Amino acid sequence: MIQIIGAVISLVGSMFIFLGALGVVRMPDVYNRMQAGTKATTLGSMLTLIGIGIVLPGWLGKLLLLVVFIIITNPISSHALARAAHHAGIKLTEKSVRDNLKEDYPKEDDNG
Amino acid sequence: MHKVKPGIILFVILFGLWLLLAGADRDELIVAAAASLVISVLFAGRASALGSVRLHPKAIAYAVIFFFVFLKELVHSTIDVAGRLLSPRLPINPGIVKVRTRLKSPLGRIILANTITLTPGTMTIETKGEYYYIHWIDIRTEDIDSSTEAIVAKFEKYLEVIFG
Amino acid sequence: MADITMLIMNAAFYILMAAVLLSFVRFIKGPTCADRMVALDAMTIAGISVIVFIAVFANRAIYLDVAMVYGLLSFLGVIAVARYLEKGL
Repeated sequence: MIQIIGAVISLVGSMFIFLGALGVVRMPDVYNRMQAGTKATTLGSMLTLIGIGIVLPGWLGKLLLLVVFIIITNPISSHALARAAHHAGIKLTEKSVRDNLKEDYPKEDDNG
Repeated sequence: MHKVKPGIILFVILFGLWLLLAGADRDELIVAAAASLVISVLFAGRASALGSVRLHPKAIAYAVIFFFVFLKELVHSTIDVAGRLLSPRLPINPGIVKVRTRLKSPLGRIILANTITLTPGTMTIETKGEYYYIHWIDIRTEDIDSSTEAIVAKFEKYLEVIFG
Repeated sequence: MADITMLIMNAAFYILMAAVLLSFVRFIKGPTCADRMVALDAMTIAGISVIVFIAVFANRAIYLDVAMVYGLLSFLGVIAVARYLEKGL
């Protein structure tokens, strides 16, 4: 019984990962794609790995380490990528409301 | 004295990592403890950022509460973003807003920025001192104070106790 | 392992493969380099879970280490490309 619960949790997790991939295709610009693609998938992979850990309790330690690893590296890589994209001058989509960073950037660039 | 606390925290992290990776075999455990000890003594001076973690009971309790608040926000905002994705009109209202944090310690600021990035819907793009520039998928407010209230405040009040 | 557990896990595995394919569409199309990196990142995160599922099906715990090293390498790759985009290494 507990095994079926674990399997269902991992199924729900893989559905979240699928939704993230759908977002990567559907969203209009880099930043929104990042919101969906690398972050909606965080909860997805957490659920998937923990679900497998419930099915196979002997592997739980290593799977938890993988989860911690994903939680630590995921925001760092998406932050680095978003920052690089903004530095490289990739525009936000026309749907965007405003861009405070661009407003502030010219004067802050002068002080190095 | 200021090197001791970072060293101890580093040792606990390294040794815990070993336990999770390799399991608790008795002979290897001594070697792992020795290796962790050597590394944490050598690098305690460079890990001074860890010294800002407070270890009294209230801070530890707040760290546990913070973890659950973070999980709740993660589930809540993932479902929110997933709902936006599935609706055919794609109802997003994105943009970059500026927010301010009250946290002083560098480690606390890093953890706050990464927590904001991990919750779907908000993503830290740039940090300048106490200001963060955040890409927000659904902008609801206009000025800096109300966006700070909406994005930062719910995590900040716990991190403030843990890191100061 | 019970049959029904295996069935559900197989379904999850195929959903993950579909997610990898879907991200690959963006990897081919993506107008800029950053778009391609986002797609690659999404593929990797799905890929970690795929490797873990393969470990379950083959019943080999050693494959979990493969998943970990895969995640580590892709993290370094994304960071390297981000540095390159920002100021040309």
